[in-house]
Amino acid sequence: MSGKDHAALADEFNKDEPRVNWHDETLWWVRQKRDKAAYKVPEWEELRETASRIKDNVLSNLSEYLQQFEAAATANGITIHWAADAAEHNAIILSILRRHQVDKMVKSKSMLTEECHLNEFLLAEGIDVVDTDLGERVVQLAGEPPSHIVLPCIHKKKEEIGEIFHEHLGTPKGNADPQFLTHAARLHLREKFLTRRVALTGVNFAVAETGEFVVCTNEGNADMGAHLADVHIACMGIEKIVPLRRHLGVFLRLLTRSATGQPITTYSSHFKKPRPGQEMHVVFVDNGRSAHLGRKDFRNSLKCIRCAACFNTCPVYRRSGGHSYHTAVAGPIGSILAPNLDREKYADLPFASTLCGSCSNVCPVKIDIHEQLYKWRQVIVQGGTAPFAKKAAMKTMNWVLSNPSVYHGAGKAGRWFMLNAPFTVNNGLNPWYKQRDMPGVPKESFGEWYKKNKK
Amino acid sequence: MRVGLFIPCYVDQFYPQVGIATLELLEKFGCEVVYPPNQTCCGQPMANSGFEHLTQGCNDLFIRNFEEFDYIVSPSGSCVLHIKEHLHGVGERGTTIPKKIYELVEFMTDILRVENLEASFPHRVGIHQSCHGQRGLKLAQMSELMAPGFSKPEKLLKMVRGLELIRLTRADECCGFGGTFCVAEEAVSVKMGKDRVADHLHNGAEYITGADMSCLMHMEGILHRQKSSVQVRHIAEILNSQL
Repeated sequence: MSGKDHAALADEFNKDEPRVNWHDETLWWVRQKRDKAAYKVPEWEELRETASRIKDNVLSNLSEYLQQFEAAATANGITIHWAADAAEHNAIILSILRRHQVDKMVKSKSMLTEECHLNEFLLAEGIDVVDTDLGERVVQLAGEPPSHIVLPCIHKKKEEIGEIFHEHLGTPKGNADPQFLTHAARLHLREKFLTRRVALTGVNFAVAETGEFVVCTNEGNADMGAHLADVHIACMGIEKIVPLRRHLGVFLRLLTRSATGQPITTYSSHFKKPRPGQEMHVVFVDNGRSAHLGRKDFRNSLKCIRCAACFNTCPVYRRSGGHSYHTAVAGPIGSILAPNLDREKYADLPFASTLCGSCSNVCPVKIDIHEQLYKWRQVIVQGGTAPFAKKAAMKTMNWVLSNPSVYHGAGKAGRWFMLNAPFTVNNGLNPWYKQRDMPGVPKESFGEWYKKNKK
Repeated sequence: MRVGLFIPCYVDQFYPQVGIATLELLEKFGCEVVYPPNQTCCGQPMANSGFEHLTQGCNDLFIRNFEEFDYIVSPSGSCVLHIKEHLHGVGERGTTIPKKIYELVEFMTDILRVENLEASFPHRVGIHQSCHGQRGLKLAQMSELMAPGFSKPEKLLKMVRGLELIRLTRADECCGFGGTFCVAEEAVSVKMGKDRVADHLHNGAEYITGADMSCLMHMEGILHRQKSSVQVRHIAEILNSQL
């Protein structure tokens, strides 16, 4: 892989320990809010199981549900587009904008467009895109990607946001009052909403039965954009489909409780048909999803509803930050999705975990995330992407541990060195020793003791 | 009942006292315990690093050493979970090892059904719930699930005279050991370990215990570096402590 890997980026993040503490505690607080919200739903575990099964059905019959949606949505007056990959997706968006001779657009949160790098693409084509989700706008002004799929600027402190707003929106220097800054953003965005003719939104759920789609936001920015614009474009990964409208009763109950601990988002907006004079487009994006669907061990990661509960609970994510994952969707779920897109570039991500399993336990659709991390490790190593030194070390370790006499000799020799020449391990070359002491060295191993005392 | 004692490689080499305590405990409860001398490792360090395909040697050796026993018991949740989930030979060779291997705590509560212990440890103790034991073997309820609580290690520790269990602010967060993660992701691993240790210290622990020596070894390394007087003890050592 090129560029720094997760371990190197996490190492940089950890140079500022108070900041790591702040990041960890902020996200742990969100995890606790999730716990409290879930605890109030007596049938929580049953809901998770139900959601997981609905998604099993969706993944097994995906093409039928997509066609059902297409037929219903088309009948409602929505134009459907199919994009095989990110490039096709971006080209479709551009063609719609060009057709309307528009060079400005508002966009509410869509991790799919992050995945497709739409903003960079449109910028290069001379199109101005304004992200209207407050957190997304903050990172956009800062020139950074989101570090979290639900809380895009969670890595920024309010003082830093004050600085960014001072620079870009002209707020007074040193003002970091959240309410004041939010008001400034509101005025700034209001002007954008009123003057843009095209609005792009993501999609949380698309209902095959009715051809409607649901967008969940807390700020109402998707609605503001879509209702004021002449053209509404909604982009969705093909896995976002649910068969029936009543299934929303399962997913909407799980989504926000898992994400932020709220019972439901402030706005759960249903879009079914364009209002008179308006154009409405839905862009279905594959971008590797069909290939993923064919991988037995990994397909059920496509159940993901992007709640980010696995981010908030992940002890590694909380202490390494979203940018250390160098991908649009970070955290545990990102670590099993990204290798599907580019195995070499993201070969490090399945290793950025202790396999503690907390992610799988909070997942509202019961994706076996930590088991997939383990399986990706096997696939990546067998695909030849393991570093040479690691391969050599593993082969040696395997040889020692497969041969009891070699193991006994090596153990004895190792302990002798640690006892008589501690500098051979207690040095800068040993990553264990950098911030941790080595264990004490006993005179004899358990095996040696057993031979003397029990046989 | 004949019990094969499986002592993980790093416990064998660095913590023989944990092996001895496990052996003595099992004997106290009437087990006939045998330690097959040619055992080495379950293969987990390689497998978790993505090299499961290299573990055939360890795998075969494990089956040869342990197939004959009624039960296999080990003072390590993580190694037991690895054997349960990743031992090859269940289908083609018909080995029943994954069904008869137990981590020490669950063996005591579920098979031996221990209700009383003659042990004393008059100290304030914090339990580190190792992830593989807890979320993998279900030794205790997991804080993420909306389900009734239980804890097998806690049940046993409550039988120890004088022992006072402390409560942690985060009941079951990972310590960051994670096998080769502890060196491959050194910065995050150490930070996680420091935070775990701090939780125990903040809540007044004199000792940190658990059913996995690997996590304890990691936290011990951090405690020593911080020159802390707080010590780690494997749960077998506490349950086997004399009156």
